[in-house]
Amino acid sequence: MEVAKLTIADIRDGLRARRFSAQEIASEALRFAGAENPKTNAYLRLCEDRALTAARTVDARLAAGEEPGPLAGVPVGVKDVIVTQGITTTCGSRILEKFVPPYDATAVQRLEAAGGLIIGKANCDEFAMGSSNENSAFGPVRNPVAPCRVPGGSSGGSAACVAQGTAVVSLGSDTGGSIRQPASFCGIVGVTPTYGRVSRYGLVAFASSLDHIGPFARNVDDAATLLEVIAGRDPRDATSADVPVGDYRAAAREDVKGLRVGLPKEYVTGLESDTGAQIQKGVDKLRELGCEIVDISLPHTEYAIACYYIICTAEASANLARYDGARYTARSPHTQTLAEMYRLTRDEGFGAEVKRRIMLGTYVLSAGYYDAYYLKAQRVRTLIARDFARAFEQVDALVTPVSPFPAFKLGEKVDDPVQMYLSDIYTITGSLAGIPCMSVPCGKTGEGLPVGMQILTRHFDEAGMFRIAGAFERAGGFAV
Amino acid sequence: MKITEERVRYVADLANLALTGEEVGRMVKDLDDILTYIDKLNELDTAGVEPMAQVLAEQAPLASLREDVEGVSLSNDAALANAPLSGSGHFKVPKVIER
Repeated sequence: MEVAKLTIADIRDGLRARRFSAQEIASEALRFAGAENPKTNAYLRLCEDRALTAARTVDARLAAGEEPGPLAGVPVGVKDVIVTQGITTTCGSRILEKFVPPYDATAVQRLEAAGGLIIGKANCDEFAMGSSNENSAFGPVRNPVAPCRVPGGSSGGSAACVAQGTAVVSLGSDTGGSIRQPASFCGIVGVTPTYGRVSRYGLVAFASSLDHIGPFARNVDDAATLLEVIAGRDPRDATSADVPVGDYRAAAREDVKGLRVGLPKEYVTGLESDTGAQIQKGVDKLRELGCEIVDISLPHTEYAIACYYIICTAEASANLARYDGARYTARSPHTQTLAEMYRLTRDEGFGAEVKRRIMLGTYVLSAGYYDAYYLKAQRVRTLIARDFARAFEQVDALVTPVSPFPAFKLGEKVDDPVQMYLSDIYTITGSLAGIPCMSVPCGKTGEGLPVGMQILTRHFDEAGMFRIAGAFERAGGFAV
Repeated sequence: MKITEERVRYVADLANLALTGEEVGRMVKDLDDILTYIDKLNELDTAGVEPMAQVLAEQAPLASLREDVEGVSLSNDAALANAPLSGSGHFKVPKVIER
């Protein structure tokens, strides 16, 4: 058994034919992850006991002739902003270095109930704030495809463990592109479902109106399987939607003849020629498969980054107020008074990017500035969402690049926050509109770096998105 | 300049961050760069556009409240397990009111 290449279907067949047990998969995946992790730093910790316990349950179900679940025996990585009961969950931050959550996130509960094996907690940018995974307090992650380059962020570890083969699938979180961009940088599939499709219960809050949990996988079918397991209404998240979950695996097997696919003309800002050429080849392939390609305009695209960095920082400044030195393990040893407890704990515990965002968010919400910044941004968000609503009156889906450029070198953009923010230009719009978006591999640049193509559809039309992704993958020629 | 050192110190105070002198200098530059970029939004006339508070608001009643039934919540011990300092079932903090 070669864990690095297994698909969920391989595992299902192998377990059923008794070629291996879930415990054998868990042991081999843990051994492989332990051996490979030093190359990338994708995992912050491995979860031996938890994975082996889950595997024993799967084997017992199989022995009893029971249906072991759609993720039976599947090694899964979980981003360290998603809480796991009894397993340290740091969010990539010093301030939560010793935090041991007293409960499981709903997505974690569901994937384990489906037979999934949590192999480890994946590294990420601190509190999911970043586009390169260089903001982790526990060291950057290296891109398995090109080790001197970043894996993308903020879910860099979740992307790297799947690309490296130390997990079959993983959970990431996406606020402005944190699943799609690392998926594109590492050459795998990454899905940001509709806002509300997957419960946020147990996802440590960064920007609540924008936060999503979603899957990473090495192929479309595996991503669809994981999404089907974690999606659906959860009474513990009032924003989780009561909309039936589709059969995304079946959708991914349909053909795409006659679908109308829009190509937004604004998605060329800063686009590097190699990336642009690959996307053009991808679009040509969709046309060959029978899609009608339609030119579309999303006129407010250029305002998305400014809008996003007001809204996400405002929400972050409120959400991160809870790290006060009283409740979450860390308290500065140098405090005499209550005010010092707050200030010194936060100053010692947060990294530079988190402080920058808390400061910006506090500033835009402060007296006299609220209307000019926060309210203005919320109005612009409405305009951006309307752009998409109008586009979807004409087309079934949109196709764009995921990022203007492929994986950049470690350290290349770390000193210029605005440049780093601009790298999210193509992913932020879909996040602001709350629509489903995913990244699928779209070949490589001349330098051999993966390129990702983004597919976007209407609210709750994940099936339509998977339909295009599946047909595109089957057509071949774009795997990384 | 969109922002001054004095303003940065005031905002840090609101955010309960004790920035060092060096951090303040860096923050003035970074926030100034970002706020200058954000000014782009002023090119747009948004009079009469509703601000969006919830992305699925127009899709109601998709997001909804759960039924008001009793459930299990965290025990006091579990809730306090991560406290740096606790006692008598409470989080303990330095004295709030000085005499």
